[in-house]
Amino acid sequence: MPMIEFKNVSKWYGHFQVLKDCTTKVEKGEVVVVCGPSGSGKSTLIKCVNALEPFQQGEVIVNSQSVGAPTTQLPQLRAKIGMVFQHFELFPHMNVTENLNLAQIKVLGRSLDEATAKSQMLLKRVGMTDHAHKFPGQLSGGQQQRIAIARGLAMDPVAMLFDEPTSALDPEMINEVLDVMVELAQEGMTMMCVTHEMGFARKVAHRVIFMDRGEIVEDSPKAEFFGTPRSERAQQFLSKILHH
Amino acid sequence: MNYHWNWGVFFQETPEGGTFYWEILLSGLGWTLAVSVVAWLIAMLAGSVIGTLRTTQNRWLTATGHCWVELFRNIPLLVQMFLWYFVIPEFVPPLKRWMVSTDPVYAQFISAVLCLGLFTSARIAEQVRAGIQSLPRGQRLAGMALGLTPLQTYRHVLLPEAFRIIIPPLTSETMNLIKNSSIALTIGLAELTFRAREIGEYTFSFFEAFTAATLVYVIISMSANRVMAVVERRVAVPGLITAGGN
Repeated sequence: MPMIEFKNVSKWYGHFQVLKDCTTKVEKGEVVVVCGPSGSGKSTLIKCVNALEPFQQGEVIVNSQSVGAPTTQLPQLRAKIGMVFQHFELFPHMNVTENLNLAQIKVLGRSLDEATAKSQMLLKRVGMTDHAHKFPGQLSGGQQQRIAIARGLAMDPVAMLFDEPTSALDPEMINEVLDVMVELAQEGMTMMCVTHEMGFARKVAHRVIFMDRGEIVEDSPKAEFFGTPRSERAQQFLSKILHH
Repeated sequence: MNYHWNWGVFFQETPEGGTFYWEILLSGLGWTLAVSVVAWLIAMLAGSVIGTLRTTQNRWLTATGHCWVELFRNIPLLVQMFLWYFVIPEFVPPLKRWMVSTDPVYAQFISAVLCLGLFTSARIAEQVRAGIQSLPRGQRLAGMALGLTPLQTYRHVLLPEAFRIIIPPLTSETMNLIKNSSIALTIGLAELTFRAREIGEYTFSFFEAFTAATLVYVIISMSANRVMAVVERRVAVPGLITAGGN
């Protein structure tokens, strides 16, 4: 049973089709990197997993629950899937610990002490223990993104989604975030990452999905994707982002 | 100008005897404060709810909010005051019977707070909506992605951020509300402006009476301003909304 499964998912904004009949799956413990040119539908695709983007056709099944089914309790489903955004989206009016505690308390019903203990443990893990009482506005981008990852992990998710987690970062901060993600991947977390960091893909991805104009053009094991991409569009894309 | 100022007027007794004119002015101030405070509470409560409704994903809720705002901000305040006090009771016979059978001050007070509260709520609703819509779209998504319900996302994420942003216009709105309360004199509520006019009419010391009333309005408005400034400082978050100033 795959952890995440897309079955012929299509989505339109008015007349414009952003996702075209997308079918793929992510097994438990698998790390899948989604790449492709801008506007190709990568972010939209992963946001279908936790229903942040509704879709009109097809089915997405997460942890054996159909995302689009009317009986699905979306808040409960979303609580089990961590999500990391391009612009961090920490809550600016709460300090770091409060950011990590909020959903643990309000959604999972943990006590303040339980939540804080969990938060401290995760802050240690992402190397942010010293910043527990700071506000997001007082932290660098890389630090904020590590907090955002910890916030997702605090919910004990069955899978993590990453939507271009390093695209908004200054170059010298990219690695501190990627290091956390690599560690997570090596621990066996199920991950779906939209990213242009091909180094990360080479290191930890099991599969790479290449998208273009709303279609999944290529969906292959890492070695195959980097060795001999079948499609011309994937070859062009790789040559553009790798030879700089 | 060779006007002969007579500030002693406030320490003269009124024709009825037993009270001084400064006491009359003070009782007017009492009504001004009472109307302002109650109307402000109504305005903040209704304005927050309506403003929030206008940012939800539900078509019916946004339409309801929209109608509310347009209804209360497209009719002149003075006309609304007359509608509440003179017109609406005509269509509600039990209300009319109650109004003629009790001290008119109750009906005046209730009409005044409803009128000012709802009029101001439309304006506050627009500010709340603007505040919420000024937040990055990702904030709502982040709340939802964590499993918060829409209500929880508003309660813990969107509204606390939006209110911090809109404190300055809310301050203006609060000060406007206080000054707009003088419109209640048109339905006979004996608030500050009403009393100033009354003193003028009894003593012909219009200049003194209105100078005093003006000063009192300035003092209340500035106090409201100071209170809001303290609130703004108290809830300020390090690293947030400081980009443009201080």
